Amino acid sequence: MAGVKFEQAMARLEAIVGELEKGDLPLDESLKIFEEGIRLSKNCLKVLEEAERKVEILVQDKNGKKQLRAFSSDDDDMQDSASGS
Amino acid sequence: MIFKSTALRLRFGLEDGLHVIVRGRVTVYELRGEYQIILEHMEPKGRGALQLAFEQLKNRLAAEGLFDQDRKRPLPAFPRTIGIVTSPAGAAVQDIIAVLHRRCPILEIIIAPVQVQGDGAAAQIASAIRSLNELGHVDVIIVGRGGGSLEDLWSFNEELVVRAIVASRIPVVSAVGHETDVTLADFAADMRAPTPSAAAEAVTPVLSEVVEHLGELSTRCGQAMSWRCGEERQRLDLALAHLANTRFRILEEAQRVDGAVVQMRQAVQGVLRRGWEKVHSFKHELVSRSPEPHVRHGMTLVPQLLSRLEGVMRYTLNRRKQAARSCLTSLNNLSPLGILDRGYSIVETVSTHQVIRDASQVSAGQEVVARLAKGQLRCTVEEVMTDPSV
Repeated sequence: MAGVKFEQAMARLEAIVGELEKGDLPLDESLKIFEEGIRLSKNCLKVLEEAERKVEILVQDKNGKKQLRAFSSDDDDMQDSASGS
Repeated sequence: MIFKSTALRLRFGLEDGLHVIVRGRVTVYELRGEYQIILEHMEPKGRGALQLAFEQLKNRLAAEGLFDQDRKRPLPAFPRTIGIVTSPAGAAVQDIIAVLHRRCPILEIIIAPVQVQGDGAAAQIASAIRSLNELGHVDVIIVGRGGGSLEDLWSFNEELVVRAIVASRIPVVSAVGHETDVTLADFAADMRAPTPSAAAEAVTPVLSEVVEHLGELSTRCGQAMSWRCGEERQRLDLALAHLANTRFRILEEAQRVDGAVVQMRQAVQGVLRRGWEKVHSFKHELVSRSPEPHVRHGMTLVPQLLSRLEGVMRYTLNRRKQAARSCLTSLNNLSPLGILDRGYSIVETVSTHQVIRDASQVSAGQEVVARLAKGQLRCTVEEVMTDPSV
């Protein structure tokens, strides 16, 4: 799950910033986590930049196998005439 | 009485003491001669049937702990993939997608299409929740639909749906109807959103804010590091200043040492110079007292003296030679050989060459030698005569 990894990366980045701002670590340690932080922030940004917008619909084919297909609002795969609102 | 088929359609459980309003046909059970009512419809008196069923199921499931607060899981802060269990044709799905895209235009949205009301809707909803779990990459699920009557929303009160939500590995947000509509799905969900749009807002961060926050974190990261580096730099500068100070002191000492060396050198040079001066003066004195003139003088004097000596020697020798020569002449004159020349002879014994001056020195018959001026005579003594008169 990409979202979880992203969340972990953000959490780690927050922790690194906190640690750096505290300034308790020795310099080489600080440099190490600083590099990690920069790498994480770049990676996170890259994830955000590269993530594509996608809307799919989960459908079942004739054999009962589930598939993801692109979804458009006028999709009439599933008629639910009585759908609320 | 009630037929089983009718009873199954009842949405609430029958309880003793329950007041109900029923509709049916009144018939006579001939075997016993009793009246009976064949129930076609029954609903609790006072409250709606659905309301009662709702309360009953809610109590039962709550007793199971399915609605406990400590079952609720936190929603992911940054979901990448969002599952939506709803009708693909309704306005709710459009609202959700619109809000999701407005807030975070980079999501993967997976719609699990279901009927949201009517027979079989609950089973579809439960199955859709399971399907989204099976996909494996969905971060959060929104289950919901737009507003409607209590009947319309009923599927979200069904036990099947409640249990599917509870069983979901992925956090579930419920969004059924409007704010005032409360379903059992809401109780079971990890979070209840008042409307589908609200659910969409609840599950996603605003991308621009995330990017901004990310930028802020990155900036703070850099600032903290640069502050830290500045701090270290300051320490380094301090150390360098200390070093420079130490260096200055060393230079100072070095200068003093240099000064001392110069002084020493000057002192040594002074001593040397004075020594050299002495040596020069001694040398000068030595030169001035050199024996060379004497030697040179001697060298001219000696040959002169020598020639004078030689002259003196020659003169003296000549004189002596002349003296010797005159002596020799005198001697020659005095020599017995000269006497011989005048006719005398010298008689000697043969054996001993003893000059015989006395006749008694010889005896008759003895041989004697008579030396003449020229040659010698060997003679035999005939007679010895001692009488000088004869």
